[in-house]
Amino acid sequence: MKATVLVRPKQGILDPQGQAVESSLRQLGFSVGEARIGRVVDLDVDATDAAGARAEVERMCEQLLANPLIESYEIELAEP
Amino acid sequence: MTSPQPRIGVLRFPGACDDRDALWALSALDAEAIFVWHTETWLPDLDAVVLPGGFSYGDYLRCGAIARFAPAMEAVVEFASAGGLVLGICNGFQILCEAGLLPGVLRRNESLSFVCRDVPLIVERTDTPFTARCEEGQTLAIPVKHGEGNWYADDGLYAELEARRQIVLRYGEPVNGSRNDVAGVVNERGNVMGLMPHPEHAVDPLLGSADGALILSSLVESARDHALAVV
Repeated sequence: MKATVLVRPKQGILDPQGQAVESSLRQLGFSVGEARIGRVVDLDVDATDAAGARAEVERMCEQLLANPLIESYEIELAEP
Repeated sequence: MTSPQPRIGVLRFPGACDDRDALWALSALDAEAIFVWHTETWLPDLDAVVLPGGFSYGDYLRCGAIARFAPAMEAVVEFASAGGLVLGICNGFQILCEAGLLPGVLRRNESLSFVCRDVPLIVERTDTPFTARCEEGQTLAIPVKHGEGNWYADDGLYAELEARRQIVLRYGEPVNGSRNDVAGVVNERGNVMGLMPHPEHAVDPLLGSADGALILSSLVESARDHALAVV
């Protein structure tokens, strides 16, 4: 089963990369309020049902994919 | 009676680059320093462990996040839980934070630029095995070289660390955006310390400063006390 994990800097956590991109976008003439930069992890999970896959990916996030001190994560499962 | 040479293991991860400097500096300060390969599942008989700087496993995902799962790290966690002395320098500090042995996390520098220069470092505590040879309030000149040294803890955690006096070293000027200019912290028990600056690059006046020797020789002396206690 295909899963996608979105890892984002937590709200209130300074994101210097996002700030740099934000100011570059403004220089290009785009009107943006705020840019935040995270990370996408695409996974092929060995699970038969969605609940099992979600539980497995959650464990991956807790143990490795995100650092809970500064990052939040969101899991999306592809429709089978 | 001659005092025994303490034995200090320097962990070698793929992508480490300061392992030889650490080994050289510890040897120059009269320790028997030996390398420990990252795939080892147990540690030889050691009086202290040093996790050197570098870019272990390419710093993929987050700095230190992958190295933390190296077989040798399990042995280091066990060593630290038994009260063993562990010092993490730069990438070693990042690994110790990811492994949960030290509080907080190291993030990308606020400026997004790699910083490489001597920085003033203020010693906040001298009652640790890593700073016993320093004086309280002393300013050391030690180089930093990192892109991700921006230490962070949230308000609650930071207040706890202040109350327990776990902040050991602070920058004397802004360096990387680190919260309250924190440069080095210890664990609650006081046997594990991490710092971003590189004491192993400052052990000889020829290198511009010998202040790093104060930190490393503190470690060597503490390790020697351990070796004596065992003998």
